[in-house]
Amino acid sequence: MLGRTAQNLFWLSRYVERAENMARLLEVGYRMSLTSRREGGASEHLVSMMRAAEVDEAFEATGRQADLDTVAHYMMFDPGNASSVYSCLLAARTNARSVRTAITIDMWESLNAGWLEFSQIKPRDVRGAKLLGLLSWVKQLSHEFRGALLGTILRDDGFAFSQAGNFVERADNTARILDVKYYVLLPRAKMVGGDLDIQQWTLILRAASAHRSYRHVYHDRYKAHNIADFLMLRPEMPRSLIFCARYIEETLDSLADIYGKREGCHEAATKLRAMVEGTNMETIFAHGLHEFLTEFIARNNAVSESLSASYNFY
Amino acid sequence: MGDTTPFDEMHNADGSVREPYRALAQWLDEQPDKALTLMQSDAEAIFRKLGITFAVYGSEEGTEKVIPFDVIPRIISAMEWRKLSKGIEQRVRALNAFLYDIYHRQEILKAGRIPEKLILQNSAFCPEMMGLEPARGVYAHIIGTDIVRVGPDEFYVLEDNLRTPSGVSYMLEDREAMMQLAPDLFSRIKVAPVENYPENLRRTLESVAPAGVSGTPNIAVLTPGIYNSAYFEHSFLADQMGAQLCEGPDLFVDGGKVYMRTTTGPERVDVIYRRIDDDYIDPLTFRPDSMLGVPGLFNAYRAGNVTLVNAPGTGIADDKAVYTYVPEIIEFYLGEKALLNNVPTYNCVDEEERNWVLANIADLVVKEVHGSGGYGMMVGPTSTKAQHAEFKRKIEARPDNYIVQPTLALSTCPTYVNAGIAPRHVDLRPYVLMGEEVRITPGGLTRVALKKGSLVVNSSQGGGTKDTWVLED
Repeated sequence: MLGRTAQNLFWLSRYVERAENMARLLEVGYRMSLTSRREGGASEHLVSMMRAAEVDEAFEATGRQADLDTVAHYMMFDPGNASSVYSCLLAARTNARSVRTAITIDMWESLNAGWLEFSQIKPRDVRGAKLLGLLSWVKQLSHEFRGALLGTILRDDGFAFSQAGNFVERADNTARILDVKYYVLLPRAKMVGGDLDIQQWTLILRAASAHRSYRHVYHDRYKAHNIADFLMLRPEMPRSLIFCARYIEETLDSLADIYGKREGCHEAATKLRAMVEGTNMETIFAHGLHEFLTEFIARNNAVSESLSASYNFY
Repeated sequence: MGDTTPFDEMHNADGSVREPYRALAQWLDEQPDKALTLMQSDAEAIFRKLGITFAVYGSEEGTEKVIPFDVIPRIISAMEWRKLSKGIEQRVRALNAFLYDIYHRQEILKAGRIPEKLILQNSAFCPEMMGLEPARGVYAHIIGTDIVRVGPDEFYVLEDNLRTPSGVSYMLEDREAMMQLAPDLFSRIKVAPVENYPENLRRTLESVAPAGVSGTPNIAVLTPGIYNSAYFEHSFLADQMGAQLCEGPDLFVDGGKVYMRTTTGPERVDVIYRRIDDDYIDPLTFRPDSMLGVPGLFNAYRAGNVTLVNAPGTGIADDKAVYTYVPEIIEFYLGEKALLNNVPTYNCVDEEERNWVLANIADLVVKEVHGSGGYGMMVGPTSTKAQHAEFKRKIEARPDNYIVQPTLALSTCPTYVNAGIAPRHVDLRPYVLMGEEVRITPGGLTRVALKKGSLVVNSSQGGGTKDTWVLED
């Protein structure tokens, strides 16, 4: 396989995952801004969601007001925002076009049809309920693409590169959501959260599509400790840090099997997983949640970078 | 030729249906109202979803268009096809022999059959190719011969296209679409298959691998990348052949050998089907500013370590000025009379012919010698007085830059348009493969001028395509 093909497959899946995450973050920001009763509260929620998406500084540089329509447009349609849904879908399709021979017809058709549909949408028609509809459409597109991929792609090195891209992006996203709101998760003297806390916790869970599954795992009301545990250390939660880190390591191991050789990226993946393995929230809180998340994000980046070097991306 | 009523491929002069079209005509009669309209919109959806698009140069970057597809197939009888394919094979063999000669002993020039100046001072002549021995002596492995029909028995070759002819993916996808749209038609009419093309292309490429390659040769398709207008076709063919689709930066030359950069390190490449023009394939030998090619590729080719398909320098044999000499070329190398006609071509350098051309320009077709894609040409009868005057000035300024031909009454085929079914002008591009043998896919790509009366079939100028059926006996 060409190094460039591996690179395209990695980024193709990364961008589709990112489009989905952007839609989810925007949905959370939208809900929170509607329910916020405080002066300026709506704008704060939107900005914090943009921080989780790592586009807050770029948005600020545009000099625009962080009101709902403006932020929605920025995260959805703005070609100047490299992480907007528009940019992600375009980049995904461009990568897919470059590797038409390495992806299946079903993968191509789901992405191409999705892009054609998305590019027909006039941004100014998308407001209010229409926005929510479009956001769930973006998530569906991502699910459809992933379904086509899992259902049709050969389980070879190409599959491994696409999965690595998908889960490196997801691990990054979950870690960032937690980091933006880490202060509401910190242990406090008073164990029962107030209304405001509950609102914040819901937001975090929603941003990881975890507000329903939480109940299945904990049979309990929302608690900061559980929420952090759920999104970081529960292996059955498919967006948790441990799930992603284990999956990334397994995926890279399969590459080592296929190629008969271990590379620098394998060590990086092991170091990433080591952070979330055999630990618990108490230990993590004791060492500092924010510090932990910062380190996790850095090690996740290191996996991505050493993967490029190990397999001749360029 | 020159008759004003164009030949209708479906109907005789008395309005009765010609034999090859009989079953189709009956099928068309049976279709309920709107059935074709529905088929037409289904076809568009199929093509768009498959991503069968082309980029139009000069339009906004990234705009991709679907080439219009007409749902009524064009039909060629088995007998007509036998005649055509014999003529095409003869041409292709002669032109390859000509290329070998031109890049070796140049007997045809010594014999005075073609003016030396026309070849040696032609910008399409590639001196770097002198003395080089391509595998099996073949230069043009993949050819798309443009043919027009003007009567029941009259075919003319318009162009030989020996460089990197495109469009074969449309031939394949048109058939695929047609089988999805009208499966019942295929059970009524026996049509020669075109689906073997990718397999035959692979066999052709393998057959010209450099000597000394053991095992299955490693084949790469070299594309300029996703912004090229024919990118879809490049990826389509690579996919269908199971070859690696590469861009210039994916390949490198080391020690005179070509490698691709893979996830596990360098991997040797034996045959490159390149879809990049000669000028751009190697910045060390040709255009130094090319970002598309592979530095050192030409030397690796010269050393016999890789085969380039088609060979560089084949353009000298499909040059519009050399075209006039093709009947001569066939006679010289094969000792045979040309089976297919050339279109009579006026030489504007000759004063007498030029004066005649200038006086009759409104009836003639003017083509730039190095133009393609319908750009830089003028069709006299459908152009304005101002355009006539403009091309007269151009010819006077640079007579050697233009060739002039009579306006051919291109045959018409029934075509589905807004007004229903109406005749539209068509041409034909059969695809030829030459390796250890000559393989011609039955049929080819039919291009159709969708505008009423228009004779320009290029997709860049509003043309569409049709599935082309060669009937089996």
